[in-house]
Amino acid sequence: MAPLAYFSRRYCFSAMHRLNAPSLSVEQNRETYGKCNNPFGHGHNYFVEVTVAGPIDPVTGFVVDMPKLDALAKRELIDRFDQVSMNDDLVFSGEFVPSTENLTIEVERIFRNEVPKLDAAGKLRLHAIRIEETANNSFDLPSDNRTQPVLS
Amino acid sequence: MIYLTRKAEFSSAHFYRNPDWSEEKNRAVFGKCANANGHGHNYTLEVTVGGEVDPVTGFVVDLKLLKDILEEQVVSVYDHRHLNHEVSEFASTVPTTENIAVAIWRRLEGKIPNAKLHRVRVYEMDDLFADYYGEEA
Repeated sequence: MAPLAYFSRRYCFSAMHRLNAPSLSVEQNRETYGKCNNPFGHGHNYFVEVTVAGPIDPVTGFVVDMPKLDALAKRELIDRFDQVSMNDDLVFSGEFVPSTENLTIEVERIFRNEVPKLDAAGKLRLHAIRIEETANNSFDLPSDNRTQPVLS
Repeated sequence: MIYLTRKAEFSSAHFYRNPDWSEEKNRAVFGKCANANGHGHNYTLEVTVGGEVDPVTGFVVDLKLLKDILEEQVVSVYDHRHLNHEVSEFASTVPTTENIAVAIWRRLEGKIPNAKLHRVRVYEMDDLFADYYGEEA
C-alpha cells in the first residue's frame, strides 16, 4: 500500500473561437451566443488544469513522471490548440461547437486515454480536467462524470 | 458538513536524489532537481477541514487556532529549512510535492479539534500542486 495522491499541472494556450451552432438560425445564434457569435470570432488565453491520481512511487516519490505529462500535453494539447482557430479543428468544425464546455469534454477524452500510458504499472489515471477561459469563467469535469464528444 | 480552508506559506530548499543510485541514474530520473546542493521554492499550503457549524460561535473551527496549529506543526518546522537535511521525515524519503502533502497530512491528522482533516494541498509553484486526502492505493 502506498499513499494515493493527486498531482495537478497547469498548461496555457491561446486560441480563437466563434460560437455558432449550425442548426440554429442567424437570429437564434445571435440571441444564444451574443458577442461570442460575432462573425470573425475572438480569443482567450486558456488555462488547462490536469489532475492525475495514483499511488506515490516509493522510490521516486512521484505520482507521475512530470516531463512525460508535459510532453503529452505539448503533443496533444498545445500543438493542437495553441495559436489556432478552434473552429478549424476537426472535432469543432461541425455540430460540436467550440464552447469551453465542449473543449473540456474533448480535453478530458484525450487525457483519459493517454494518461494511463504514462505509467508502466498501469495504476495512473486521469482524475479531473479544469479549464479556465478567463479569470471569471471556469469549467470542471471530474473524469468519472465524463461524456463523449459529439463527432460531426 | 462545511469545508473550510486555511493557507500558509513556507520557503524551503530540497533536492531529489536516491542515495542508492549512481549519479547518472539520479540525473536521468530527476534531472536538474538532482543537483547535489539543492534548490528552493516558496510553497503554499492549503489545509481544508470539514465539520459542522457551531450554532453559538458560527465557526467550524477557530481559524486562529487552525493558524497556530499550522504554524506549530508545519511552518515552524519547514520554513527556511533544507527539507532533506533538516526535516526528519525526508531523511530517507524524497521531498517531492506529493510526499510533502502526505507528510503534512500525517503531522496534522488528529490535531485539529472539532473538525476532520479533509485535504492537504501543496503548491510548489502556481502551475504544479499535489493533493492528499489520506487515501491509500
